[in-house]
Amino acid sequence: MSKERVLLAHGSGGKLSEELIRRVFVPAFGNPALNRMDDSAVLDGYRMAASSGAPQLIESAILARGPAGARPSVGRLALTTDCHVVKPLFFDGGDIGRLAVCGTVNDLAMVGATPLYLAAGFVLEEGLPMETLERVVASMRAAAEEAGVQIAAGDTKVVEQGKADGLFITTTGVGIVPEGIDLSGSNARPGDVVLLSGPIGDHGIAVLSRREGLEFGVPVASDVAPLNHLVAVLLEASPGLRAMRDPTRGGLATTLNELAAQSRVAIQVEEGRVPVRASVRAACEMLGYDPLYVANEGKLVAIVPPDEAERALAALRGTRYGEGAEMIGSVLPGPPGRVLMRTRIGGTRVVQMLMGEMLPRIC
Amino acid sequence: MRYVDEFRDSAAAARLVERIHRRPLVPVNLMEVCGTHTVAIFRHGIRQLLPDHVTLVSGPGCPVCVTANRDVDWAIALAHQPRTILATFGDMMKVPGSTSSLARARAEGCDVRVVYSTLDALAIARANPDRRVVFFGIGFETTAPTVACSILEAEQNGLDNYFVYSVHKVMPPPMKALVDAEEIRIDGFICPGHVSAIIGSEPYRFLAADYGIPCVIAGFEPLDVLQAVDMLLAMRAEGRAGVEIQYSRVVRPEGNPLAREQMYRVFQPSDAEWRGLGNIPGSGLEIREEYAHFDARRAFDIDPGPTREHAGCRCGEVLRGVVEPPQCPLYGRVCTPENPVGPCMVSSEGTCSTWFQFAGVE
Repeated sequence: MSKERVLLAHGSGGKLSEELIRRVFVPAFGNPALNRMDDSAVLDGYRMAASSGAPQLIESAILARGPAGARPSVGRLALTTDCHVVKPLFFDGGDIGRLAVCGTVNDLAMVGATPLYLAAGFVLEEGLPMETLERVVASMRAAAEEAGVQIAAGDTKVVEQGKADGLFITTTGVGIVPEGIDLSGSNARPGDVVLLSGPIGDHGIAVLSRREGLEFGVPVASDVAPLNHLVAVLLEASPGLRAMRDPTRGGLATTLNELAAQSRVAIQVEEGRVPVRASVRAACEMLGYDPLYVANEGKLVAIVPPDEAERALAALRGTRYGEGAEMIGSVLPGPPGRVLMRTRIGGTRVVQMLMGEMLPRIC
Repeated sequence: MRYVDEFRDSAAAARLVERIHRRPLVPVNLMEVCGTHTVAIFRHGIRQLLPDHVTLVSGPGCPVCVTANRDVDWAIALAHQPRTILATFGDMMKVPGSTSSLARARAEGCDVRVVYSTLDALAIARANPDRRVVFFGIGFETTAPTVACSILEAEQNGLDNYFVYSVHKVMPPPMKALVDAEEIRIDGFICPGHVSAIIGSEPYRFLAADYGIPCVIAGFEPLDVLQAVDMLLAMRAEGRAGVEIQYSRVVRPEGNPLAREQMYRVFQPSDAEWRGLGNIPGSGLEIREEYAHFDARRAFDIDPGPTREHAGCRCGEVLRGVVEPPQCPLYGRVCTPENPVGPCMVSSEGTCSTWFQFAGVE
């Protein structure tokens, strides 16, 4: 028996979180779908087929009919889940409800899946104002409508006062990965181009400034948003798209490291090309944070083949949540797993994964 | 962003780098004393821009790193006291003491809270009148005045459950100790910008006058550091040693007399134990007799037990600039920011952590 205890840093989304998964969860649950360690598990045994627009799940009786609307005709099932414990429940640009829907929708979108259904589990603290719950639920509904998914199942538990901080939400999502799409963090190749869909750090700073009552000149709004429509446009523009990932906890730095490690390549980014809002930079300067490690909830990193980069960038910039997209770097042969940054003044340095605990409970 | 963008301008940086490369080709070791400088140097990739004969050496200016094991043990023991809340800056949480750390104490159920300033600690004390709140006071002259003010405020408001465990230290004495030890040759000091905002330029004068070592007080942006390097090289080329202020937008020669006055109202100089440098006379700040009732050392009867150093850890030599982190057998293998063995790997401004973060492990 280990005498260790769980530390807040185990939930940071950085190095310790990764270690926790590898040491505790993977040995216990390990299977091919989980072991790929992508944002969603893509389940090879299950295929969706559609007749007259409404998809049918072959080889499984569950979820026989999908929401109305155009769906991929045939594809594999994608599955993911995400817990949300953000504090405070409401912040500039979003709230725990919007976060719970978008987080799971985005995890599905990152493996190229069209999100279909969500299930939502609520842990409520005794005494929570009903009005708060209603606001959160209304926000979930609006986000689900925007993303085009239905919340098809749910569960509620109530715990005594003091045993939960208002409200925690877990969402589980299923979607279909259309035939022919095989995205994974292990697909990046030397020469590929790294795209980022917009400025980084908004979510982390928005939550922190609300929580700590800090103000940094211009208020910073969270970027929390469903990215599935943007992903559909990107897939259309870049058929050779290698990988996507949303840089949530742990920030851009951690995501780039995960991609470099999974693909056994190096990634080099240009500091001057990574967009950061002035207000976020000011907040980070004051607090001693590096925006590279601050969480996002509505951004993605895409790795595309060089000949598709311009088209993919233009496509991203044409979408609502991708206006600020930039080409931030490229994939190099090695050293494997390393992320390098060319600094503004011309030096080069290493960019590591997030280490330790940065801002607990931001999503 | 004003006051940041101007000091990261790539064209201006290129001009400074070119000037540095045109200076005489004489090998020099320049020590940046302050951990914030070390971070800036690595974060912006400044070392690679300098010619081979200009070597930057990291010094003992990370307050977390130089905190002695015994003081960490004390803080952990304080956290274990009944009805006690220990408030600390976040960087101290993971610093390993002899057998534990504050992070571990918190996971075991102790009430350890991370605060951003003494104002937070005072607020905790006010909100918990039935509990004792101890602020773990680390830091140099930049931080010590704020801690002094918290004691003065507690005194004024009759707050009797607020205590400070002071391991505050002052900067110039360890610089003298390093030079006297003659373990490495130091041809110039990049002096800490924020400490100097409080103490001014005069306390470094003896380094220039008695030891002939040029000193430049520098800011923390890449252009600040490059310019400071150039100013040091210029003094060496001209064969003179002085104390110059590069960071003139923040530092006045006389420093901040008001902050010093508050600091010395509450604290008085004392000998202090530094990790890696041992006991340095006059390098600490202890709480004066008249404020003794705020002094956790006197208010709590604690014996944290014998101290134990970590076998193989070379933090002490790293802090003296004698070795670079990759020369330590533990670096990046046994000792990482997640599982730090020594404090230089814990603090975000520790030399080992900075190397790990920005230079990686070969």
